[in-house]
Amino acid sequence: MKEYIIRLVYVEMLGHDASFGYIHAVKMIHDDSLLVKRTGYLAVTLFLNEDHDLIILIVNTIQKDLKSDNYLVVCAALNAVCKLINEETIPAVLPQIVELLAHPKEAVRKKAIMALHRFYQKSPSSVSHLVSNFRKRLCDNDPGVMGATLCPLFDLITNDVNSYKDLVISFVSILKQVAERRLPKAYDYHQMPAPFIQIKLLKILALLGSSDKQASENMYTVVGDIFRKCDSSSNIGNAVLYECICCVSSIYPNPKLLESAADAISRFLKSDSHNLKYMGIDALGRLIKISPEIAEQHQLAVIDCLEDPDDTLKRKTFELLYKMTKSTNVEVIVDRMIDYMNSINDNHYKTEIASRCVELAEQFAPSNQWFIQTMNKVFEHAGDLVNIKVAHNLMRLIAEGFGEDDDTADSQLRSSAVESYLHILGEPKLPSVFLQVICWVLGEYGTADGKYSASYITGKLCDVAEAYSNDETVKAYAVTALMKIYAFEIAAGRKVDMLPECHSLMEEFLASHSTDLQQRAYELQAVIGLDAHAVESILPSDASCEDIEVDKALSFLNDYIQEAIEKGAQPYIPESERTGMLNISNFRNQDHHEASSHGLRFEAYELPKQTVQARIPPASLASTELVPVPEPMYPRESYQTTTVPSVSSDAASTELKLRLDGVQKRWGRQTHFPSTSTSNSTSLKTVNGITQVDGSNTANSRTRETYDSRKQVEISPEKQKLAASLFGGPSKTEKKSATGHKSSKPSSHMVKSHAPKSSMEVASEKTSVQQPPDLLDFGEPTVKSTAPSLDPFKDLEGLLEPTTQVSSAVNHSSTAAVTKSPDIMGLYTETTAGAHHKDSDILSGLSNPPMTNMVGGTTTMQVAQSSKGPNLKDSLEKDALVRQMGVTPSSQNPNLFKDILG
Amino acid sequence: MIKAVMVMNTQGKSRLAKFYEYLSVEKQQELIRGVFSVLCSRAENVSNFIDAESIFGQDSRLVYKHFATLYFVFVFDSSENELAVLDLIQVFVETLDKCFQNVCELDIVFNYSKIHTILDEMVFGGQVVETSSSEIMKAVEEISKLEAASNAISLIPKSASGWRSR
Repeated sequence: MKEYIIRLVYVEMLGHDASFGYIHAVKMIHDDSLLVKRTGYLAVTLFLNEDHDLIILIVNTIQKDLKSDNYLVVCAALNAVCKLINEETIPAVLPQIVELLAHPKEAVRKKAIMALHRFYQKSPSSVSHLVSNFRKRLCDNDPGVMGATLCPLFDLITNDVNSYKDLVISFVSILKQVAERRLPKAYDYHQMPAPFIQIKLLKILALLGSSDKQASENMYTVVGDIFRKCDSSSNIGNAVLYECICCVSSIYPNPKLLESAADAISRFLKSDSHNLKYMGIDALGRLIKISPEIAEQHQLAVIDCLEDPDDTLKRKTFELLYKMTKSTNVEVIVDRMIDYMNSINDNHYKTEIASRCVELAEQFAPSNQWFIQTMNKVFEHAGDLVNIKVAHNLMRLIAEGFGEDDDTADSQLRSSAVESYLHILGEPKLPSVFLQVICWVLGEYGTADGKYSASYITGKLCDVAEAYSNDETVKAYAVTALMKIYAFEIAAGRKVDMLPECHSLMEEFLASHSTDLQQRAYELQAVIGLDAHAVESILPSDASCEDIEVDKALSFLNDYIQEAIEKGAQPYIPESERTGMLNISNFRNQDHHEASSHGLRFEAYELPKQTVQARIPPASLASTELVPVPEPMYPRESYQTTTVPSVSSDAASTELKLRLDGVQKRWGRQTHFPSTSTSNSTSLKTVNGITQVDGSNTANSRTRETYDSRKQVEISPEKQKLAASLFGGPSKTEKKSATGHKSSKPSSHMVKSHAPKSSMEVASEKTSVQQPPDLLDFGEPTVKSTAPSLDPFKDLEGLLEPTTQVSSAVNHSSTAAVTKSPDIMGLYTETTAGAHHKDSDILSGLSNPPMTNMVGGTTTMQVAQSSKGPNLKDSLEKDALVRQMGVTPSSQNPNLFKDILG
Repeated sequence: MIKAVMVMNTQGKSRLAKFYEYLSVEKQQELIRGVFSVLCSRAENVSNFIDAESIFGQDSRLVYKHFATLYFVFVFDSSENELAVLDLIQVFVETLDKCFQNVCELDIVFNYSKIHTILDEMVFGGQVVETSSSEIMKAVEEISKLEAASNAISLIPKSASGWRSR
């Protein structure tokens, strides 16, 4: 039997159904034979879960076995307790387990503690009175039991730090004893004294010491000792070191410890083992919060990790980059992230990295232009994975500008957005969210700057609606955009002539199955029929940022309601009030009773309330808000009640819920489309035309704040310092940081070298207008390379309508210039010439547009690296040394599996 | 805490799977397959750590180690230290090695319950309780000794009852 059960467990592990044998496993635990009983327990813990039906049969046996004088039986029962006892059965076994805490066998004590810990995890309240037991067990004679006690204490301290501050001293003294090898030799592991206990203790100390100076001061000595004693050649030694770093980065900072932590990190990063690099990157991410300057020493190593084929390491590195992003390096980092995002297929991680890109871009964007371009890239590649909110944010940003009182900048921003979108529309498959943004922007600002005719934009919009004919939302956005454009045209007094394809599209939509689409199409038709004045008041141009006041109480409907009520309609009863009342009415109407009461009701039916027929004056009712208002009960005719919102439609006696939904949906739309009124009645339209939802307004002001703060950050001296250090030039700090910052802009324009003429036009115009001097500045250290890049710009200046040829030439020359620059800089700092060639190789290999941007930017990591001459050389030398020695810390046990290897 | 311990061979057959939080059999299989597909796509000489959030949900990491034909996989959350878990795998394998004198895949298949006993001595309810391989060995040996003893005693009444029923 025993063998069968074990086979059964095995079979289930392989993924087959073994539920027929569960009962046999349960029977086995009743057996007297220890072997059979233990096997039974094993099978039961693997088969069943705490809510399984068979648990009832087990609890009694467990109770009996916990009292057994054979400690193995007790252990087996404790094992089962951990896995199978649920909240309700905890009281049944709790007293016995508490007794077991004093059991002579340490194995039993250990497991009893763990069982209590498990109970604590399942329901903290059930064992709250036993917490003191954990403290007592900390002083257990057996180090194993003491070590096990640390697990529950760790959990307890995580939840509530303050009540355990008194234990700091004892933890420190335990850690000291462990580090001084006072424990039995059996706990040594690879010549480390009880490393697992050390790790646990360090974790606990990190919790206790965080932002507590006094507690931290107690720890400094012992942590410093461990730093010194740790042997970094073994894996476990590094594990303890890593934990020390975590502890140091979490407790109140101490310069000396931070220094040794930084040392340890640099050792990790320089090692050949990927595991250690991973830990190093992780540790760096922790320490960087306290002392950001550490990162600079390790930039090269970090970049190496980014290039590493190991995916885990790469992700960890991106996490680190995410943490160390500042306004100065955001462009490089986000570009890198987007590149990486394009290269992976894992949707889970793609979503995460996309949201991080968005977050960073929102927080640190150096310019609106850059922000929009970045968002475009993110949407293009991961559009379906991005939160819809991000799209709304982008729309709002374009609509609002950056909150400065500079209308020209805003309109420039908008027209550049329009252009980039018109260009992007040419690409085949775009994500729905992105299309929505595009449609909205085109509708709102497509014709604003007068560069494009209405017919051109509308043609594009029709194309979109046709190309994505199975996406209703996109079509709806497109129709609304069409409507807006026509409205602007009419308002401007121009004659509107609909394109033929637009006509056919409208006809299709008028007969659409989607009511939403249909309605929008009808609205469009209606708007076109109106005269200029009416249209302007319905859809004022560029009004998306104006406030719309939503009259939640619907006070304008009061008269109508009063009228309806006087005619005998029932007042509105809020939904919350309705359910109980329905029950009562069901209770009375036997017919309805069975249909609707499916579940059992345990509480008694509430008494039918006295129907307070004293009608509340209808007027006051109507003027109250839609939501609360306790209402009197109206038993019988409850299903005939009118809703306040529904009054606006037709008859006053229809199903209440349906009507409510419809109304809410219409209004929900408003938040997405502040300036477009999509509701049916014209009376509503005029209201909406002037008003807006409050929520978006407050949000707007928030973004404004963040951007303002960003502006301040930009000027900070910190940035100038970093820029200087990145460029490696000791002098001219200010100038260079300025040029470096600006010069990144033209290159980001050049990114769009394959843009159609139209979009190129503005980009090149801009660069030619503002950039040439900047470029010159940028080129100062590299005179040769700037010369060719300058000429095409001058050409461009002359040309009003540059051809794509020229623009691509510009691009080429600029990339050439850029790829050259590191070389020249390499000569500049001759010591590391070899390394520079390597860098420039990387660059030319990756000379896709984002990379050129990177070199242009202030924050060029790589240039930064190359400028850090001696550091790089050192590390390379050390690397080579390590390779020569052939030290590979991968500690596989060569004896293992020898026989199977043959 | 440790969420799961798995041992699987290089063909993706699981040899040991223990989950410390209850999961249905189907879910377990799905996870095992997911883990295997990640493992076999990894090159040699890369780190032993994998970010397992896409398989196991929020806050989960995975550490694996490859021995001959077997992958040893531990899945755990942020309260453990990756390098330490890597060494925990080492302890586990060392203990197996001591127990079976040059352990191989077949030992694990044929001594399934003993493997579980060893693992239970090390990891209990998702927490690491014992990390010294000699201590674990002592406990396991004692258990098997007592089990054998109790078996010998219970043999007699069983055979007697067998006689009676005949």
